[in-house]
Amino acid sequence: MLEQADSTVQAPQADLTSQTSAEDFEPRIVALFCNWCTYMAADLAGTSRMRYAPNVRVVRVMCSGRIDPQFVMHAFARGADGVLIGGCHPGDCHYQEGNYKALRRFRLLRRVIESLGIERERLRLEWISASEADRLRKVADEMAADIRALGPLQLSIPAEEFRNAEGAGAEIPSPEIAGETAAKEVAVP
Amino acid sequence: MTKPEGKPKVAFYWCASCGGCEEAVVDLAEGILDVVGAVDIVMWPVALDFKRADIEAMPDGSILASFINGAIRTTEQEEMASLLRRKSQLVIAFGACSQLGGIPGLANLYDREGVYRAAYLESPSTENPEGTLPRLRSRENGYDLSLPGFYDTVRALGQVIDVDYAIPGCAPHPKVIQAAVATLLSGELPPKGTVLAPDQAVCEECPRRESKPLDLSISEFKRPHEVIIDEETCLLAQGLLCLGPATRAGCDAACVCGNMPCSGCSGPTSRVLDHGAKAISGIASLIGGDDEEAIDSVLDGIPDPVGTFYRYGLPASLLRRKTLS
Ligand code: SF4
Ligand code: SF4
Ligand code: FES
Repeated sequence: MLEQADSTVQAPQADLTSQTSAEDFEPRIVALFCNWCTYMAADLAGTSRMRYAPNVRVVRVMCSGRIDPQFVMHAFARGADGVLIGGCHPGDCHYQEGNYKALRRFRLLRRVIESLGIERERLRLEWISASEADRLRKVADEMAADIRALGPLQLSIPAEEFRNAEGAGAEIPSPEIAGETAAKEVAVP
Repeated sequence: MTKPEGKPKVAFYWCASCGGCEEAVVDLAEGILDVVGAVDIVMWPVALDFKRADIEAMPDGSILASFINGAIRTTEQEEMASLLRRKSQLVIAFGACSQLGGIPGLANLYDREGVYRAAYLESPSTENPEGTLPRLRSRENGYDLSLPGFYDTVRALGQVIDVDYAIPGCAPHPKVIQAAVATLLSGELPPKGTVLAPDQAVCEECPRRESKPLDLSISEFKRPHEVIIDEETCLLAQGLLCLGPATRAGCDAACVCGNMPCSGCSGPTSRVLDHGAKAISGIASLIGGDDEEAIDSVLDGIPDPVGTFYRYGLPASLLRRKTLS
């Protein structure tokens, strides 16, 4: 059986994210909040006119268990400096087990992104109930501060550079390696 | 599509690959003879002595289909891929390296310097007292010599040239190749971008699927060399990390039939953007334990998560490579 066009053949288009200089760096934090707890807390924070870091852009999902690790990878690939996952406290998930699932994925995902050179502080998971607007504010402010300290996430090769990777022709950049050998004629194996 | 005169011309080419894909074509044995009789092979470095200049001399679009295996790692591979693209009506990414970056794509955990260091200076079997490294240009005995440039990052073929179809697998299963070739020859071409293999998970084809529990809770991951593997029961149920649920079918669950877990070589199905992330999603959900400590101790049984979940697809993943500071 054959199927429809497959995204894995062509590289997905990437956003052209603008480069910010270090001084006026404002972190972009994508927040994935569950509908029944953390999103409600954000709502409460709003109606209570609380102020929290405006860097946090909230996306509502029905449950933290709905958060596919692909969402997180996608956010980082498209220019997020941090991703915050919020769900109901253990035992309180509207769908009973979704937050445990989120926790398991998060623990594995964080190992993976760290191995790919993304600092662990850039991915955070918090349990915040509907009444904890204050806690939401604390977490958002804290994360914005942490990421401001880390600086922007600069991926080595943003997707848009793939078709024209630069530097292929260059010799090895490290003087440590180039050092002596660069100076003399080198036999080609 | 214009019909070229005489038999349709077909090219095979290899880039950063191991030779397994060539082997897979040869393995078609008599199955390939009908196809070979029906086409004119204009390039196949592993078997025939055609040169780049022969291809350059052909009119653009005169090759019906080019099957290119291997990832793109050097400037020469990129040039050949672009040349074949220009000369061909269809380009097919053949095998995991070409489709997704493949095993060579794991070099994206390093850069050129790291790769050179490991390959030419530090590996235990290397003897290179002068620290000789590949260079773009050098002079030897009065001759000017040159080598292709070596990119920091390995790319899948579709990240370098326009690709029409992909044939998945490391190496592609003979059944998949035959079905794909039959589709291409049928004249009824599927939509561009189609991966020419069934759009369902390996589990669907797996003889052990009846024993796959609906609800699974894994308390310890076991590695194949550590246990005696039962030959009938679903491997996940035995605590072996099988990527069958997240991987595209077509191979008849070849590895599981050999009593080894699926390592994901056929990549994702069509609705998945990042094969590794999807596999992480599925596998992590099966972990037993509700608190961080218990979960982490199960996860310690996966010592190399990137090499496990992105074994065949790091370049085609959303993040594409490791970010080196
Ligand atoms: S998880 Fe692996 S062993 Fe189990 S049914 Fe799927 S492919 Fe077969
Ligand atoms: S079982 Fe998995 S790893 Fe083995 S050939 Fe099939 S898709 Fe590839
Ligand atoms: S509904 Fe809030 S985590 Fe499941």
